[in-house]
Amino acid sequence: MPTYSLKINGTEQQLEADPAMPLLWVLRDMLGMVGTKFGCGIGQCGACTIHVDGQPMRACSIPASALVGRDITTIEGLASDTNLTALQQAWIDLDVPQCGYCQSGQLMSAAALLESKPNPSDDDIDAAMAGNYCRCGTYVRIRQAIHQAAASKTAMFYDATEKNQEDLV
Amino acid sequence: MSERMSNRQQNNELIESVEQAMHQQLQQKTAGLNAMNRRGFLKLTGIAGGGLILALSTMPEVLAADATEEQTDPLAGTLTLNTFIKVQTDGKVQIYAPNADIGQGVRNALPMIVAEELGVKWEDVEVLQAPVDERFGRQSTAGSNSIYRNFETMKQMGASAREMFIGAAAEAMNVPRDELKVVNSQVVHASGRGMSFAELVGPTLLNQPVPDPGSLRFKDKSEYTIVGSSEITGIDNANLVTGSPLFGIDIRLPDMLYGTYHRCPASGGKVVSANLEEIKAMPGIKDAFLVEGSGKPRELLDGVAIVGTSTWAVFSARRKLRVEWDESEASKDNWDEIVAKAELVKDSLGDEVIKEVGDVDTVFADPANKTITAHYEYPFLAHVCLEPMTCTAHYKKGENGEEDKVEMWVPHQIPQRLYGGIEGIHGLKKEQIQLNPVTRIGGGFGRKLYSEYANEAIAMAKRVGVPVKHTWTREDCMHHDFYRNGGFQNLKAAVDSEGKLVAWQNHLILMVHNGRPAVGGRLNPAEFPMLNLSNVKGTQSRFDIGTPCGALRAPGANFNAFVVQGFIHELAETAGRDHLEFLLEIMGEPRWFDEGNIRSMNTGRAAGVIRLAAEKAGWGKPMPPGEGLGLAFQFSHAAHAAEVAHISVDANKKLTIHKVTAAIDVGPIINLSGARSQIEGAVVEGISHMMGQKITMQNGRIDQSNFHDYPVARMAAAPSEIDIHFIESDFSPTGLGEPGLPPVIPAVTNAIYMANGDRIRKLPLVEAGYSIA
Repeated sequence: MPTYSLKINGTEQQLEADPAMPLLWVLRDMLGMVGTKFGCGIGQCGACTIHVDGQPMRACSIPASALVGRDITTIEGLASDTNLTALQQAWIDLDVPQCGYCQSGQLMSAAALLESKPNPSDDDIDAAMAGNYCRCGTYVRIRQAIHQAAASKTAMFYDATEKNQEDLV
Repeated sequence: MSERMSNRQQNNELIESVEQAMHQQLQQKTAGLNAMNRRGFLKLTGIAGGGLILALSTMPEVLAADATEEQTDPLAGTLTLNTFIKVQTDGKVQIYAPNADIGQGVRNALPMIVAEELGVKWEDVEVLQAPVDERFGRQSTAGSNSIYRNFETMKQMGASAREMFIGAAAEAMNVPRDELKVVNSQVVHASGRGMSFAELVGPTLLNQPVPDPGSLRFKDKSEYTIVGSSEITGIDNANLVTGSPLFGIDIRLPDMLYGTYHRCPASGGKVVSANLEEIKAMPGIKDAFLVEGSGKPRELLDGVAIVGTSTWAVFSARRKLRVEWDESEASKDNWDEIVAKAELVKDSLGDEVIKEVGDVDTVFADPANKTITAHYEYPFLAHVCLEPMTCTAHYKKGENGEEDKVEMWVPHQIPQRLYGGIEGIHGLKKEQIQLNPVTRIGGGFGRKLYSEYANEAIAMAKRVGVPVKHTWTREDCMHHDFYRNGGFQNLKAAVDSEGKLVAWQNHLILMVHNGRPAVGGRLNPAEFPMLNLSNVKGTQSRFDIGTPCGALRAPGANFNAFVVQGFIHELAETAGRDHLEFLLEIMGEPRWFDEGNIRSMNTGRAAGVIRLAAEKAGWGKPMPPGEGLGLAFQFSHAAHAAEVAHISVDANKKLTIHKVTAAIDVGPIINLSGARSQIEGAVVEGISHMMGQKITMQNGRIDQSNFHDYPVARMAAAPSEIDIHFIESDFSPTGLGEPGLPPVIPAVTNAIYMANGDRIRKLPLVEAGYSIA
């Protein structure tokens, strides 16, 4: 079995695996990182959404061996050790999850959206989140949570700017 | 592996071992308590690890069972009713959530009721998922029944423990009990002095007598701070948003292998042979073997099991599998043939008369009346829970004459049912089966009620001797579901010269599998509006099919609403009357259809939700061309629910659902955010059912295989707004998992008629050329 190394959430992981094995199963079965979920296996439902170099991708449909040298981020690496992201906090505050199974993937898609569009419109959200099913139907709250996270990130930016200015004064 | 992951795994192992140890201790304690005291009193007993446990067995009717059951089982007797509270030495309270959470929020709701009566601050509560055990009562997540069945018991649990805290504080503070009350995890005296739960955990609390359940007083609704609070959100949210392992599919055990199971594509086919040697030689494959089932889809179907070192390995090997099936007893269903057969009986009555009141024929024959007919059709549907069917099993051969044991993690809506289901196939008795709690279940919707996936996992685990995590592919889930039955209803009804509904006739085609009518598939003689009218005829025809059917969220109601509420709108139009007024007139005077039974329909509650939904949605306001408001009502699962959809539809039949307004009466709301979530989710699910979902079959084989041909509504299809209003009547609370779903489809299809004049009598809409944003 070939060996290779993947950089996942900032940590290099040595693997000995079938090169065709999709990242999803490497994460779940080999590395025990089960936050990334299996939903369909054909890239239709988005439950396995992760980031590769910051772009949202479906881990069920990419052979892990194709990701050598790339930066992989999973739901386990979305927050820093001590702080949830504004998105995760908004998800908690607005009580988004129902069964919760799809929410890792939803958050990863939403995080990528806010990186590219810090203040998305409803249409931007609908387009960016189109690859993620929520079988329980939490879509209305997901939209709200993304808006709330966008607003709080903007607020944090202004807070920081004001603080900097105060420091300068 | 990162440090964080290994820490997390250690935590999980720790949690698992603590849960197991606790379970064993509880069993010992309960046995001990029961032996000491069979009068059904609450006893407080110290357990190892600095905690205390209040085991409650207070219901008088339990005591009768006590004496008889105890002779055969020392644990029995306290088993019928036992939910419980643990108090830590720091005053924190642990509350067991007895039922499985499939997304309906019951891990919040039931403990919230306990906490409310106890008087503990919600922040001081830790919710533990209860082991599968009869001491927790009927651990059933089905039929929107969790709240209805458990509300009083949960109140008793909390109130009993509260009285014990008060008793302990009365002794410690040397004041009369009636001068004390419990507020925010403190017992407070009228003077303002108080003692915290933490201060009270000790021998005095331990020795408190248990209040007679009949003496317990419960809070008035106006005193509630937890129940109905808008501030409380899902207890697992923080773990969900960080990807913590909470689901059955996330289980990991030492030496664990992975399994897949291949069944005959036509349900009920028997396995003859397979290229097992070739499969066994594939990378990562540990074993491949044939399994003989019982022929019953709920128990175990014949198949080929493959076990290997990863899910990927077994799924990959399965693609190379070649199986010879004996399909002599397998399903031969063809959807097109079912449709053709229904066409033949379209204009006749069914041979089975379900309900007959008055004389519909005379009313229909009266030329003064307007009589119309309509034929409605709805497809088979699959559940598509996003967490595929999964089960982890560890089979341990008994040594030195001991019996075999199996330890299992099964995401299941009624896990206690598994005992019988497993015994019937594998011969294991209940004592040999350990069902471990699963924290969350990735969707249920009525799919996770049977034993087949557990029995498949046991077959594999028994063969290989190490734990096996068995996961269904999405294709397995699509091909081997217990489908919501498709069907047909032929309606005829008349309005008189004043535009009043005066006669109603319904002929329903019932799907029957192996002699068993589909769940919710029968014509219900109490189905609205058959109890409201004095000339009614309901008949049924039976079609035998080979496709297994089962419950899907709001069984029966989820298609009857489309049919009945659509046809009532047709009748209102025929009568030239406003739909709202017409519907309210059918309700008539406020009354129960079954006096004293809060699970029966009450026309006053019905009219209440209909009026409220209409009012909040701005019923009657003029709409521009291409826009419409549609109304629908459905009584189901003890809930009265009305919804109004505001939609636009363009010349290309592109549909936009702007807003759905819902009004629901299920009595007091327990978990407000969760309750609203249930309605929001039901609306979106209704859109999925309505727009594009349809299961068809040819020669017994389901045509659809994954989400590319069985689409779930995506975000853009969700309404911009779902506006929810609860009428918190004083009746006992009932559940909300299902009742929000049925009215959505007819609300939208009635709105489409108002927008463009197109009457929808067949689902899904995509077949009529509709699309949604």
